[in-house]
Amino acid sequence: MSNLPSIDDEQVETLIDDVLDQYGYDFTGYSRASLKRRLNRLYSLDKQVSFAEFRYKIGSDSVYFKRFVEQITVNVTEMFRDPNFYKTLRDNVLPTLATYPFIRIWLAGCSTGEEAYSMAIVLKELNLLHKSLIYATDINPTVLEKAAQGMFPLSQMKQYSENYIASGGKADFSSYYSANYSLAKFDVDLKEKMIFSTHNLVSDHSFNEFQLILCRNVLIYFDRDLQFKVLQLFDNSLDNLGFLALGTKETTDFSPISKRYKRLEMEKIWRKTVNEKL
Amino acid sequence: MKNCEALIIGGSAGSLDVLIKVLPSIDIDITFPIIIVLHRKKGTDSLLSDLLSTKTKLTVKEAEEKENILPKTIYIVPSDYHLLFEKDFTFSLDYSEKVNYSRPSIDVTFQSAAEVYKDKLVCLLLSGSNADGVNGLIMVKEFGGEVAVQNPKTAQVDYMPNQAILRANVDEILDVELMADYINKLN
Repeated sequence: MSNLPSIDDEQVETLIDDVLDQYGYDFTGYSRASLKRRLNRLYSLDKQVSFAEFRYKIGSDSVYFKRFVEQITVNVTEMFRDPNFYKTLRDNVLPTLATYPFIRIWLAGCSTGEEAYSMAIVLKELNLLHKSLIYATDINPTVLEKAAQGMFPLSQMKQYSENYIASGGKADFSSYYSANYSLAKFDVDLKEKMIFSTHNLVSDHSFNEFQLILCRNVLIYFDRDLQFKVLQLFDNSLDNLGFLALGTKETTDFSPISKRYKRLEMEKIWRKTVNEKL
Repeated sequence: MKNCEALIIGGSAGSLDVLIKVLPSIDIDITFPIIIVLHRKKGTDSLLSDLLSTKTKLTVKEAEEKENILPKTIYIVPSDYHLLFEKDFTFSLDYSEKVNYSRPSIDVTFQSAAEVYKDKLVCLLLSGSNADGVNGLIMVKEFGGEVAVQNPKTAQVDYMPNQAILRANVDEILDVELMADYINKLN
């Protein structure tokens, strides 16, 4: 059996053009290596036999297109991922925002919602949840449906509990969910302050002003131009003195907005520092 | 191989000791980059870079996304990310599902590099207890690259190199003492 990838570079470009024309989803600014790998993965997962058929199915079957978007975007996430990051949020960022009468938080690329529930738990423990709103957005409607349910595999809870403790959590993590067969269902009061909505970072505009924006492990899938465009979108959406948090391997460096942002020590969190007029 | 444009070394359990033995003897005038994919616990990146940089005069650094890949440099793939290669010879990082229970996965990096470097790629697979990397080696061969494995008899854990010898058409089976010489001749 050949080990060669089924979809070549030219066919990747064909599919990108197709989905832009037919559905308005713009993947032209996505890093090709990862995109190509995801396309080949989907092709073999779904046991496709020819590129022509694969292309036709994507173009003609809107249900399959939904699966296409879900599978070629990366939706891997976990609760309290990078515990030190959450520790900084808990000890440093959120206490600073606590002085505000109202805290608006944007989780861009929230996937299945693990980060949103982690954030809600920290806000609750700091007694800030009642005056916060978490806008959790993703390009992909399917993951948002899952996020809104607030149910995650019970098998993950040991890891998440360890992450939670390492992030400075003092409560019993299991007090936040009830076991329901193989799932952990998180308390409904955690999602009272969450708003789930589709938002495409490539094509959609700023929709509010925030004090904190988190977008972790999304920019790595974009080329430089798109990264800068999205950082500009975040800049337009962030209050002065607001905080921007990126993934551990992502940065605002090299981008046009970098001069207005001062990085907090250790973590990939930047604070918007100066007035635009300066 | 002559005129190698990239060497990728993959390994798991028992590989760090091999690297520590081999790196000091690698010439500082090699004309290609070396990319190292090691299975390990997450959050240990700077320790590994620091340790390996004490063993060589070559620059040792963590691979960063969008970074231009330069010769005479040893890049360490960060823990908990897959490393991919773009056609313009820059790195991409990817946080998708684990492959062979591993992130970084050696297969993912070998396969991505195979498509970009084709017959100018050399991949070396070391000691380890799973078969991650073997499918990658097969693909490297299909694109005309060269593949080498650590001699299983010298490996702390011989499963990984044994699987490679069994399933991939391996070009070289190397004792640890001969690895540096092999690498230096890829110029």
